[in-house]
Amino acid sequence: MDEEYDVIVLGTGLTECILSGLLSKEGKKVLHMDRNDYYGGESASLNLTQLYRKFRPDQTPPSELGRDRDYAVDLVPKFIIASGELTQILVHTEVTRYLEFKQIAGSFVYRDGRISKVPSTEMEAVKSPLMGLFEKRRAKKFFEFLQNWKDDDPSTHQGINLDKDSMKTIYEKFGLEPGTQDFIGHAMALYLDDDYITKPARATYDRIILYTSSMARYGKSPYIYPLYGLGELPQSFARLSAIYGGTYMLDKQIDEIVTDADGKFVGARSGDETVKAKQVIGDPSYFGAGRTSAGKIRVVEEGKVVRAICVLKHPIPGTDDSDSCQIIVPQNQVNRRNDIYVAMVSSTHNVCAKDVYLAIVSTVVETDKPELEIKPGLDLLGPIYDKFVSISSQYTPTSDGKADNIFITRSYDATSHFETVVEDVQDVWKRVTGTDLVLSKKEVEVQE
Amino acid sequence: MSTKQFQFKLVLLGESAVGKSSLVLRFVKDQFDDYRESTIGAAFLTQTVTLEDQTTVKFEIWDTAGQERYKSLAPMYYRNANCAVVVYDITQSASLDKARNWVRELQRQADPSIVIALCGNKADLSARRQVSEEEAKKYADEEGLMWAETSAKTGEGVTEIFTAIAKKLPLTAPASRSGAARGTTAARSGVDLNKQSTAQGQNEPCNC
Ligand SMILES: Cc1cc2nc3c(=O)[nH]c(=O)nc-3n(C[C@H](O)[C@H](O)[C@H](O)COP(=O)(O)OP(=O)(O)OC[C@H]3O[C@@H](n4cnc5c(N)ncnc54)[C@H](O)[C@@H]3O)c2cc1C
Ligand SMILES: Nc1nc2c(ncn2[C@@H]2O[C@H](COP(=O)(O)OP(=O)(O)O)[C@@H](O)[C@H]2O)c(=O)[nH]1
Ligand SMILES: [Mg+2]
Repeated sequence: MDEEYDVIVLGTGLTECILSGLLSKEGKKVLHMDRNDYYGGESASLNLTQLYRKFRPDQTPPSELGRDRDYAVDLVPKFIIASGELTQILVHTEVTRYLEFKQIAGSFVYRDGRISKVPSTEMEAVKSPLMGLFEKRRAKKFFEFLQNWKDDDPSTHQGINLDKDSMKTIYEKFGLEPGTQDFIGHAMALYLDDDYITKPARATYDRIILYTSSMARYGKSPYIYPLYGLGELPQSFARLSAIYGGTYMLDKQIDEIVTDADGKFVGARSGDETVKAKQVIGDPSYFGAGRTSAGKIRVVEEGKVVRAICVLKHPIPGTDDSDSCQIIVPQNQVNRRNDIYVAMVSSTHNVCAKDVYLAIVSTVVETDKPELEIKPGLDLLGPIYDKFVSISSQYTPTSDGKADNIFITRSYDATSHFETVVEDVQDVWKRVTGTDLVLSKKEVEVQE
Repeated sequence: MSTKQFQFKLVLLGESAVGKSSLVLRFVKDQFDDYRESTIGAAFLTQTVTLEDQTTVKFEIWDTAGQERYKSLAPMYYRNANCAVVVYDITQSASLDKARNWVRELQRQADPSIVIALCGNKADLSARRQVSEEEAKKYADEEGLMWAETSAKTGEGVTEIFTAIAKKLPLTAPASRSGAARGTTAARSGVDLNKQSTAQGQNEPCNC
């Protein structure tokens, strides 16, 4: 280990693995290490043994859950938006050749005590109980307005300026009811709270268009999911990195981030070996996780997310026996500031034994009784066979790393998708390389 | 004339430096290089074997990309593999122990129908042999593995072992079996990310 590297990457979460893959592809000499003996860090998918080791070290998994190898239980509940940024990166880097994807069968939204499918076809929209007859007409006008919008054609603007006018103004213009606003803002634009309403409408417009174009792509829902769990994503990017010369070491304790007299990064120490590199990238757990690291507070806690991994023996009631789904409980429906969100996958996605369903209920923590906060979500699931609850801190770096060559990624947030993960990748890439991350648009082959 | 074509995912396993990449290079390109640095950028290699009855078997070959060196091979690597070549170096007895570990791991984690071939490489160096043919053969028989000695350097036994694997694979399924279909875009049960949404483009009314 006396070689010197361009970049040491610490932690094999998705963010770090994408960066590692892209950097190796660029010709950088990368050493990638993880303290765990598995890939994925906080975004891993675990088999039963690993799951129990993490949550209940003194217990062995019940044999009635089936074979260990059939399980890949996600720690972080996220789906891939079909037309989103992560898809772009997957296609650009061709890691798609290591992966196989399935659609998520449906997206549901909670309203007045029950759940309804977010319509995926015009037919479903017409029949949807989410809106009354007149409201449906108003919604239709609203969607037509968004779909027809062309930046350079003022005749499509109906007096609205997306960059100045707020969503509130637009909702009012079309006379949409609060319930419809909840539905549009939370189930389609995928905002976790209502802060977006008073901001310029452009961002919300972009999100609704992303949602609808993703929906149009495969039909049932705007989401896709990799077979064998989300943990396949970091593994694929790690392979990409290795193919371009990246060196991988799992099960490697990192004892110290070594800096020079000016506080600049020198290397990473494991036991009595120190590996040197010009730069280091890593997840917050390698940099003190809120405590001092090499005499400095490098990351701070921004908030907490509570997640309950629930093992079910049945599909979620009211979802037409969907093999997978997302349910959004908009904050206003349950008097909260943040949405509660349920993500469910099953053996169709090769993540658990047959007739088992894995649902994760999560939200941003608002009180000192986080488990109570997710109750409205848990109540939707029917009988819960077993439940693993965790509360994770959301860390964010205190500096951009340019001064000391220490570049820290962010924790996985409460959003239901990977768009913010990609934003973090782009941000760190820019800090590390000084240039924007440009993904060459490649010609995609369309197969019959 | 109609020939049947089958495609299978083949993975190489075994300790670092036993000659896995060299075996692939010999099989795919009929080359050998004494001082080869680890292969950079070689993601995917394919090679087709034609059997006597004109059936062709296309191997989609996954090399480790060096991730085995520090025990960092991702489970994704051997997931869905239809066949595995577990390699040891006949001049290093410890490499057979590593091979045994890999066989055990495959038996635990991989598809139960996986075809495993144990391969004693560097047969050209038999003067420095540490692993006897008898010992390896006995172990292979006990575990129901195919077994052969090869030399990536001279080419001895290389095509033969891959052809033997091709013959042993269940040639009953259609061209793309679930496992091997990964990586190719044809005939997948899932969604194809490379497919652009064509019918319903941006200007269509929203489909929500
Ligand atoms: C969540 C959501 C998303 C939507 N997304 C789109 C979209 O992407 N594109 C789009 O064009 N429109 C959208 N709409 C509007 C909805 O699709 C319209 O109600 C529908 O398009 C009616 O169109 P139409 O031209 O057939 O109706 P019209 O020709 O105007 O006449 C039919 C009218 O009767 C109503 N109607 C008919 N059958 C029923 C029924 N069974 N129950 C209740 N009302 C009925 C319809 O709402 C409609 O107003 C959306 C509505 C909702 C709730
Ligand atoms: N003599 C001899 N050397 C070999 C043979 N196969 C591989 N080597 C050498 O062994 C070293 C390691 O080979 P490599 O293919 O990189 O091993 P890998 O790490 O298992 O992929 C290289 O120096 C090869 O040239 C062989 O059959 N005979
Ligand atoms: Mg090799």
